[in-house]
Amino acid sequence: MTGKATLATRKKTSVWKLARRRWQLYLFMVIPVTWLIIFHYVPMVGVQIAFRNFMPRKGIWGSDWVGLTHFKTFFNSFYFARTVGNTVRLSLYYLLANFPLSITFALMLNIVVNKKLKKAFQTITYMPHFISTVVLVGMLTQILNPVTGLYGNLYRRFIADTYPADILSRATPFVHLYVWSGIWQNLGWNTIIYMAALSGVDPELHEAAEIDGATRLKRVIHIDLPVLLPTASIMLILNSGSIMSVGFEKAYLMQNSVNAVYSEIIATYVYKTGLGGTTNQLSYAAAVGLFNNVINGILLLIVNGVSGKLSGGQNSLF
Amino acid sequence: MQSQKAEKRKIKNPTEDKILYFVVYTILFLFTLCVLYPIIFIISASFSDGQEVQLGHVLLLPVKPTLAGYRAVFSHKNVLIGFRNTFFYTFAGTAINVAVTLLCAYPLSRRDMPFKGFFMFLFVFTMFFGGGLIPTYLLVNSLHMVNTVWALLIPGAMSVYNMIITRTFFMNSVPVELLEASQIDGCSDARYFISVLLPLSQAVISVISLYYAVGHWNSYFSALIYIRRSELQPLQLILRNILLATRVSLNEFEDPDLLEGKIGLEYLLKYALIVVSSAPIIALYPFVQKFFMKGVMLGSVKG
Repeated sequence: MTGKATLATRKKTSVWKLARRRWQLYLFMVIPVTWLIIFHYVPMVGVQIAFRNFMPRKGIWGSDWVGLTHFKTFFNSFYFARTVGNTVRLSLYYLLANFPLSITFALMLNIVVNKKLKKAFQTITYMPHFISTVVLVGMLTQILNPVTGLYGNLYRRFIADTYPADILSRATPFVHLYVWSGIWQNLGWNTIIYMAALSGVDPELHEAAEIDGATRLKRVIHIDLPVLLPTASIMLILNSGSIMSVGFEKAYLMQNSVNAVYSEIIATYVYKTGLGGTTNQLSYAAAVGLFNNVINGILLLIVNGVSGKLSGGQNSLF
Repeated sequence: MQSQKAEKRKIKNPTEDKILYFVVYTILFLFTLCVLYPIIFIISASFSDGQEVQLGHVLLLPVKPTLAGYRAVFSHKNVLIGFRNTFFYTFAGTAINVAVTLLCAYPLSRRDMPFKGFFMFLFVFTMFFGGGLIPTYLLVNSLHMVNTVWALLIPGAMSVYNMIITRTFFMNSVPVELLEASQIDGCSDARYFISVLLPLSQAVISVISLYYAVGHWNSYFSALIYIRRSELQPLQLILRNILLATRVSLNEFEDPDLLEGKIGLEYLLKYALIVVSSAPIIALYPFVQKFFMKGVMLGSVKG
């Protein structure tokens, strides 16, 4: 009993002693931790304005408490179904299109024998990943312009002698444009992680299968695909954790008054109600943002737990 | 006999394989073409005559090549301001980012640092939950950073994700024996960082510098929220105003000759802008490609 106690105290003092001996390491942490507290933890405290009626004059701590009023307003407004629906639609559509395509693309690239050709395919398809969102949307509006754009010109030259419909100012095409321009930009880049998994395949496996008479297609199905499955399942799980967090930039840039039915996602709605308008409802916008953040956090925790279990702690952050 | 059999089977395969190769190469070729064509078109259009672009005569190669679009870009006052600002934000921002990331990743990579787990939790927690846009804006506003360059440099001074990449590199790619040996020689923790760890970490430093630099170059959202003064706006914000406007106001040019009888100049301007604003990154791209890929791989391994 006493032995245990002394052992415990000795261990405790030794931790503090060790900490003191490592004082320089804590000195390194001063700037990063100060920054973290100010720019990440202070806003977490500031999120209480979602439960108050924020008045700039009274400040965060002085404004009146209103409880869940702002959340109720949001849940009862027709924007709730619209923004949540649009957010989930865009991310699910993108996930369902991107996931199988990037695996197929990686398997195809892996089939290419000629090293230079493979490198060329990779270099070209990775490139659009670095184009900024503003430029991407700028390219879309230039190319898809029905009168002066490439789309309009090709249409008139090869299909009919009239101007095509303006797909940029219509609501339904927005969803497809959003997703497929994303695929155009990122499909190549998304194969990197799969290509790395495929490069780990033992070439002897392929040789043995070849001697046994397996065609290349059979080797894709029985060797390459099984190798990709663990990586693929983890990527799928991780990606489904961000289903409620569609980035602000692209949807906002592509948005106009006509396609808002489909392009108004939670992120753009928070910006517009909170900062983008003339009368800013800061508390209401903070409540909508908080609602989204809490759901994102929960989804990420679930996803992280699941992928951690599947991979035996390899792909989990905690 | 055995080998003969194998030979026979091997000979039997190629027809099926040939079909597969044909299909795969065709699809890859077509997709690559789909990626490449819009890029080539935009470059060609930017070098063509404005009227020809407007009439749709440019399909693949430039028609009646001119540099009018580029002359327009480089005499547009706001674009020049945007370039200057973006260069500043990219260099200053990346320098701050890399410094803070290294400062943070080093102690957290040390296995012998007490309370490391607690600090790590503080950082990782922010990847799961945050205050959100409005409270962050109010904070930056109350610090009087709105409409100053600091708003684009300090709130995003570090990305926790890049810090974890760096930490993983420190833990897995720098042998722990080096630390032990230098400690026996009486090397302090700070001295070890400067004299041993940093020289060995060029790979990860290049990876995160490039990640941060591309991030700054392409960043647009922070400026949209925090910067209203036009002389502080980065290129991407100015690009948005020009590219997504239906009509470009032509009185922003310093060179009045440009305006005379130039039909389609605004289209040229847009195409040339797309090229000019992406050129620095695309030009660097072949050199940085392998670093970026390394970064993706570093990020996927847990420390």
